[in-house]
Amino acid sequence: MAAGRALRLRGMIRKETLQILRDPSSIAIAFVLPVVLLFLFGYGVSLDSYHVPVGLVIEAPDAATASFRGAFEHSEYFRPVLYRDIRAAEADLAAHRIQGIVWLRADFERRVLAGDGGAVAVRVNGVDANQARITEGYIQGAWLHWLEEHAGVPLRGARLEPRVWFNAALISRHFLVPGLIAIIMTLIGSLLTAMVVAREWDRGTVEAMMVTPLHIGEMVVGKLVPYFLLGMGGMLFTVALAVWQFGVPLRGSFALLLGSGALFMLVALGMGLLISILAKNQFVAGQIAIVVTFLPAFILSGFLFEIRAMPVPIQVLTHVVPARYFVAILQSLFLAGDVWPVVLPNLGALALLALLLFALVRKKARKRLA
Amino acid sequence: MIGILRHVLALAVKEFLALVRDPRSRFVLIGPPIAQLIVFGYAATFDLDHVPVAVYNEDRGALGRALVARIAGSPHFDVVAAPDSEAALAALVDRRTVLLALHLPQDFSRNLHRGLIAQVQAILDGRNSNTAMIALNYLRRILIDFDTRLARESGHPPPPARLEMRAWYNANLSSRWFIVPGIVGLLTLVVTLVVTSLSVAREREQGTFDQLLVTPLRPAEILVGKALPGLAIGLAEGTVIISLVVFWFGVPLRGSLAALYLGLALFLLSAIGIGLMISAIAVTQQQAMLGAFLFLVPAVILSGFATPIANMPPLVQQLSLLDPLRYFLVVIRGVFLEGADIAAMQDQYWPMLLIGLVSLVVAGGLFRHRMY
Amino acid sequence: MTESVLEFSGVRKVFRAGKARVVALEEVSFRLRPGVVTGVLGPDGAGKTTLMRLAAALLVPDAGRVRVLGHDVAAEPQAIQSVIGYMPQRFGLYEDLSVQENLDLYADLQGIPARARRARYDTLLHMTGLGPFTRRLAGRLSGGMKQKLGLACALLREPPLLVLDEPTVGVDPVSRRELWAIVDAQVREQGMSVLLSTAYLDEAERCAEILLLEGGRLVAQGSPRAFADEVAGRVYVLAGVDLPPRRLQRRLQAVPGIVDALLVGDHVRIVTAAPRPPALQAHFPDQPGLRLVPVSPRFEDAFIARLATRGAEGAGAPPPAPPAPTRAAPPPAGTAEDVVIEVRDLERRFGAFRAVRGVSFTVRRGEIFGLLGANGAGKTTTFRMLCGLLPPSGGTARVAGVDLRHAAARARARIGYMAQRFSLYGNLTVAQNLRFFAAAYGLAGARRRARIDWAYAEFELGRYRDFVAAQLPLGFRQRLAFAAALMHEPEILFLDEPTSGVDPLARREFWQRVNALVEAGVTVLVTTHFMEEANYCDRLVIMAEGRILAEGTPAALRARFRTPQNPEPTMEDAFIGLIEEAA
Repeated sequence: MAAGRALRLRGMIRKETLQILRDPSSIAIAFVLPVVLLFLFGYGVSLDSYHVPVGLVIEAPDAATASFRGAFEHSEYFRPVLYRDIRAAEADLAAHRIQGIVWLRADFERRVLAGDGGAVAVRVNGVDANQARITEGYIQGAWLHWLEEHAGVPLRGARLEPRVWFNAALISRHFLVPGLIAIIMTLIGSLLTAMVVAREWDRGTVEAMMVTPLHIGEMVVGKLVPYFLLGMGGMLFTVALAVWQFGVPLRGSFALLLGSGALFMLVALGMGLLISILAKNQFVAGQIAIVVTFLPAFILSGFLFEIRAMPVPIQVLTHVVPARYFVAILQSLFLAGDVWPVVLPNLGALALLALLLFALVRKKARKRLA
Repeated sequence: MIGILRHVLALAVKEFLALVRDPRSRFVLIGPPIAQLIVFGYAATFDLDHVPVAVYNEDRGALGRALVARIAGSPHFDVVAAPDSEAALAALVDRRTVLLALHLPQDFSRNLHRGLIAQVQAILDGRNSNTAMIALNYLRRILIDFDTRLARESGHPPPPARLEMRAWYNANLSSRWFIVPGIVGLLTLVVTLVVTSLSVAREREQGTFDQLLVTPLRPAEILVGKALPGLAIGLAEGTVIISLVVFWFGVPLRGSLAALYLGLALFLLSAIGIGLMISAIAVTQQQAMLGAFLFLVPAVILSGFATPIANMPPLVQQLSLLDPLRYFLVVIRGVFLEGADIAAMQDQYWPMLLIGLVSLVVAGGLFRHRMY
Repeated sequence: MTESVLEFSGVRKVFRAGKARVVALEEVSFRLRPGVVTGVLGPDGAGKTTLMRLAAALLVPDAGRVRVLGHDVAAEPQAIQSVIGYMPQRFGLYEDLSVQENLDLYADLQGIPARARRARYDTLLHMTGLGPFTRRLAGRLSGGMKQKLGLACALLREPPLLVLDEPTVGVDPVSRRELWAIVDAQVREQGMSVLLSTAYLDEAERCAEILLLEGGRLVAQGSPRAFADEVAGRVYVLAGVDLPPRRLQRRLQAVPGIVDALLVGDHVRIVTAAPRPPALQAHFPDQPGLRLVPVSPRFEDAFIARLATRGAEGAGAPPPAPPAPTRAAPPPAGTAEDVVIEVRDLERRFGAFRAVRGVSFTVRRGEIFGLLGANGAGKTTTFRMLCGLLPPSGGTARVAGVDLRHAAARARARIGYMAQRFSLYGNLTVAQNLRFFAAAYGLAGARRRARIDWAYAEFELGRYRDFVAAQLPLGFRQRLAFAAALMHEPEILFLDEPTSGVDPLARREFWQRVNALVEAGVTVLVTTHFMEEANYCDRLVIMAEGRILAEGTPAALRARFRTPQNPEPTMEDAFIGLIEEAA
């Protein structure tokens, strides 16, 4: 009996593996898309602005404005563009040629630096609010720094001494690339699995397979193992690229990463299997998988957008998005280390979801048609 | 001429009926747009509200309390913990209980009274660097306000040389105003692309494409007949979403509707062209859907929808020139927030027109040559 | 052992499609005779596949009991599935796995020990002739080879009960013959019981027992002989007639009291409603020599007689009216210069694979010209090149003097095309489909309305006007596809497998319509894998592996294989003979 079971499992696993390797659409999802995503997020997408084009309107050049200009020119955050006249600068701001304007009026040195209450007007293009805020922050920082270092203005009041832990240089790639692991594993575990399993229904091969001694549990396990390995392979590939190519630090333990990855993979596979069992049709399975697994993993997981910034009902909704828990684990393991108070509850949630999904799969999977 | 019109009309009507009567297509038209509108409209935001903060206040003075009260009173921050040691403070950041931890040293009030610099130590969780940076900026603003008010109340001279910040077009810097109009572009792209890319593949699967080709219909007529429903659905869906953006999300529509719809039409043209190209290559609906997906993911990421194109490396920026969504997003944000008109947007129109025409010609060629 | 191999008692199975409830099987009871082949026959939608799936424990009955080898399908499906052999309709093969990999997979699943495998593989590969192709992907096999591989996978562990769902659909006659040889050998040597459903009536004769299903009910069970006896004394062959058989057949169909008139070889065979010879002289005053020769009935005669009588009782299906004469009415049966289709040295390669190799033939005006061959013989590829759907790699294909691939739209308006699988817009209604095709062919205004009304009347589609095409019964889908192809009264008709999958009665009706069109001067090019339908053609070519094996009239082709042992060879005999000659 045990020998028969091993034989049947071997047959299923071998078949699935061969099918993945021979089907161009599997290869597209399992290999091409992850690489495209990795390179887009590794190289393309970034929330870090450098060399922001900022207009410096200097109405009356003198020593103070020259030193101020120098501060901007030497900063990697800015690419200053000089104007003599505010109107020309405003026209360029409207035309998106510059992101912001710092307007040093003719009375800059006389009034502003003398401290008689004048202000330096700063304009930013607020369409992209996030970028606008970042630009404002840069300008503010540069301004305070310049005042202290170069203008010799006595400062008083509360001063912030910020220290950013885990990602001192505020490099967005360092949090985007680890989060991408969850996206890629969702692609393989849910989208690919849903479509491939649904294909068996489309092509009518399920019928022949059912009328064999194969047990339903063996069928599920036989299907899972190759995709599990493929997903873990995708994860290792991404981790390797993240660490060696994109320079993301891995501060936590590799074993913990592997373990939580395996648990998440089970959850992703459970979703994929469940979708394919319910849809029984490749096309519908693919659609559902994209809407139910891929998009939420992208938007609702904290991968790109902060969950704590979402409205409360949406925050509640994110609790059923498995990627949410894994992204939290990934960002901690990579950037902070083995922070058990973060890892444990998230692992627990994943384990709960895995149990729930496989209970559902078990309930819905039948060796029956209709 | 009348013959051509009649052919195209018959095709377009048939195409439209086939689409609306097919439950799968109906699902594509209704399901993903609703999901995305909700998700993007509410979840996709870079604004922070109620950031959890821990404050370790060693200062006994009134000014320390005043600062903490000010932070707690800001809509951006919630003070959720008041630990009594630096170690406890750090632990809160470690386990992600708080995003920001502040430490006011014992001499905070004293230094302020003496007119010296009073330090406030802040620890930010950099696991999401963007969130950290935004929180830091919020905090800076609060401190500057605090200083200004303090100076006025205590009779010290005001802090010299203030910056007076003003944001054009979006005075409150709400990133929802940035993201939500973009949804118009995103959703019309998804719907139009999926609808058109599936249309030929569906006929191939059903075997009706052969039937179509042996009728007196010309390939160009088939192409136009397939493009029209995409255009109609895209315009309808676009209009619905534009209305929702204005009336539900309350984003101001400041520019000319003509400029917006000219952009939408050109954008749809390019989306239809690309969809038909995918359709001409794909043999099955599954391949067509996969093709659409493989185009959509990079197209959305490179469009500047969520992250600025200017932050990308030069090579990737050049790649994004091929992305029609990139241009349409400029049009839609320009019209919504900046009050742009047709003249201001002309540099965005012609690339979309070019992409549309080239892809339609290529799709037409593929129809003729890739009949099997 | 009193336990029977397979037993249905009072079985009822209902499917829900949306709100509608479809009764697939009702009150079905039978016991399978062990150790023989039992055939399940019936028209489309009679419940054949549901019955097969119940026997394989893939479905559970809503009422009644199904017991297989002593196990109940509802209680112990796994016990049943672990021992029986089953081949579903599409053979259940993984097309992206090779022949060997498919065998290995099913051997693994069925727990065949490694030691026993080699010998079993050898036996099966030898039996199926797949030995040289073990490394080929299953998707690249011909229909016949796929079918044999599917069977080999089901036979790996010599099951006591073998369930085969339409194993011979779309498969060439040679492969069919081989499949039957394999099945017969299993029955003979292993004492295997076989349950097999089929749409081919001639296969019924090969079964020891027949289950006849109709509308979900088991209407009869018995040996083919017993069925045939129902129409004893009602079957005749006409002799001494001086008319082309096709025209004779057409005139006979109008005679009351005749339920079936069928071209068999050079003769017309009729089945009468009553067991006495019909008074034909009154209908054929021009044929003084007409005689009726009684012949022994076959299962097919009984089957058609049953269906035809039942159909006549029902509300629909009045005897088909003669089609309205079409506009194009040039001189009948053309002369040599009246060539409508000309194919010369046609070649088509897909990569290294040569699908069509140097095919040449001509079709004259007013002919029915057939392309006969198994799946994968190259007939559909030839056909698509003719219609301009596929560019040839070499040679020319001209229709009405032009190459349709580059022809103006006007030239395409002269042809009608009916694609395989009756391609229609499945989610549009009948009326919407007809309107669209009429517009696509450039019909407008009064003419369009007139043609659509004609289609409703001629094909009895009126009452299905607002039905969604995909939900039509297959026979009506075929009619709708045919109506769409005839919208613009084309001069030349291309029909690709026009009768595949529809039941024998619908096939007969279809050919009557085609005959009427041809008599009105339309030229017809048709592909088919039904060998007996070749008799409807004026001339035909037989294709295999991309080549033409033979060309001629059906009678001439059959005559080549007349032997003393087989004085009346069928088209199938001729086909098999030609294949064997070529090999």
